Amino acid sequence: MAAIEAAAPVAARAGDSGARTSALGRLLVMAIPYAWMLFFFLVPFLIVVKISFSETAIAIPPYTPVFDFAVDGIAGTIAKLGELSTATYEFLTTDSLYWRSYLSSVWIAATSTLITLAIGYPLAYGMARCPREWRPMLLMMVILPFWTSFLIRVYAWIGILAREGLLNKLLISIGLVDPAQPLVILSTTTAVYIGIVYSYLPFMVLPLYASLEKLDETLLEAAADLGCTPWRAFWQVTFPLSLPGVIAGCFLVFIPAVGEFVIPDLLGGSETLMIGKTLWTEFFNNRDWPVASAVAVLLLLILVIPIVLFQNQQAKAQETGR
Amino acid sequence: MNKGPSWFNLTSITLGMAFLYLPIVLLVIYSFNAGRNVAIWEGWSTKWYFALWQDQQMLDAAWVTIRVGLLSASVATILGTMAAMTLVRHGRFFGRSLFSGMVSAPLVLPEVILGLSLLLLFVAIGFDRGFWTMTIAHITFTMCYVAVVVQSRLVSFDRTLEEAALDLGCPPLRTFFSITLPLILPAVISGWMLAFTLSLDDLVIASFTTGPGATSLPIKIYSQVRLGVSPQINAICTIIIAVVAVGAIVASLQLKRAETERRRAEQMAAAGR
Repeated sequence: MAAIEAAAPVAARAGDSGARTSALGRLLVMAIPYAWMLFFFLVPFLIVVKISFSETAIAIPPYTPVFDFAVDGIAGTIAKLGELSTATYEFLTTDSLYWRSYLSSVWIAATSTLITLAIGYPLAYGMARCPREWRPMLLMMVILPFWTSFLIRVYAWIGILAREGLLNKLLISIGLVDPAQPLVILSTTTAVYIGIVYSYLPFMVLPLYASLEKLDETLLEAAADLGCTPWRAFWQVTFPLSLPGVIAGCFLVFIPAVGEFVIPDLLGGSETLMIGKTLWTEFFNNRDWPVASAVAVLLLLILVIPIVLFQNQQAKAQETGR
Repeated sequence: MNKGPSWFNLTSITLGMAFLYLPIVLLVIYSFNAGRNVAIWEGWSTKWYFALWQDQQMLDAAWVTIRVGLLSASVATILGTMAAMTLVRHGRFFGRSLFSGMVSAPLVLPEVILGLSLLLLFVAIGFDRGFWTMTIAHITFTMCYVAVVVQSRLVSFDRTLEEAALDLGCPPLRTFFSITLPLILPAVISGWMLAFTLSLDDLVIASFTTGPGATSLPIKIYSQVRLGVSPQINAICTIIIAVVAVGAIVASLQLKRAETERRRAEQMAAAGR
């Protein structure tokens, strides 16, 4: 008893300094990733915005004005702010290449999202209706390609779709295609659709499967008992209940597809305009940093609406799920 | 009502899986083709794998990729776990929505934007591009994936175990390492694996942020693919696919076992209380 009483103040003191180190620890746990993201995510992004308002120059780095707080001080920096120009953005509106690649990116992404939905829905539905013991295996099979390199999966299609490729070989051998006139798919927009649908199919199937698997089958039995045909029951019961999965899947395909670079570059041809590829060309081939930055800013502006909608939907789904 | 899968369901599963796997299977088969032309089968051969072994540039690129992957995945796992702890445990703090926005944004932003912005930062601060800039870029975008994975585990976490340790006078840091970390370990490991594969796979961000000294495997493959399909590229792709597939399957089986054991331990701890 006496020992405990004697130990009490020691413990209290230890607790006191413990509280201080724990507060410091908590602060560090927060501050380190926070500082990292500020410096390597937010600051770079502000630089992009700034350069998009600069003018192209033949220099290193290839744009003016260049801010340098150490040299200019605050007054000098403010003076340079006046030199910022919207010339780059004006240029983007005058050259039809840019707005055409915006529109075509959004169009290609939206169309391929719908095709992915049309292919992914039956797959997810079939998986969710399978015997319970098959499901983990099937789920693993859908996830596995997602772990495999994206670049490799896109590359695999070049060998299939090329003029001398496996698809043409197969179609010629069964006599569906004239050997003199093989199908031209590679380097066209069709190949881009195939590439996007193929690469993003797992992103569509997983949320669809998650919502279809939760579906209460007694609802379908009730519909059947009340004389509803299976087809009508699907559209009136199953599909509306799977809508959260449909929406999540569509966003997960559409958002990254808009800014896609690898697929239009490897599978598409010169007539395939996509904004991610335009940005890459401006930066690496034309070395026009202000234009590349302005394209990046506008690309982000297109995506802000779907991203915000998606996050709201996710938050809502999480709340109803609890 | 459920009398096994109907023919419609079976067909859609078969077609869907065929679509997912056929291109990869063809690529693997043609990596063993004896001829140079990838569309004409000329018999089995492993000569492209031996050719790969002689290709010093390819080996160098593979080594760069592995080093960047290991380093960036490890740092990203530490930072991502810290970010997840902050978001789940810290309650309200100044700039919370900015922080959670910054952590979730790289998941949805196009890679071209992330790559361009990081490159412009490195130019602005005069940091020579190469191995380190690529590693920093990979840490930045993969830590967000780790944060999401760990966060989902922390949300469903029984905090009473942690509180019990703290009440018994265990210092917070030790509580973290002896109670919290073992319980969230499966999520931390999956986070690390996800970060590692994303780093292994990344072409766009690496192309923007690397310099002449450090060429990663995706950059090397990409520059050769632009020249056309070659069986040697099929061979390197097959090796990557095999490594990743075996890793993913083994890890998912291991994690499932660890998860069952953890549940049992948690239940026992709860029953003992």
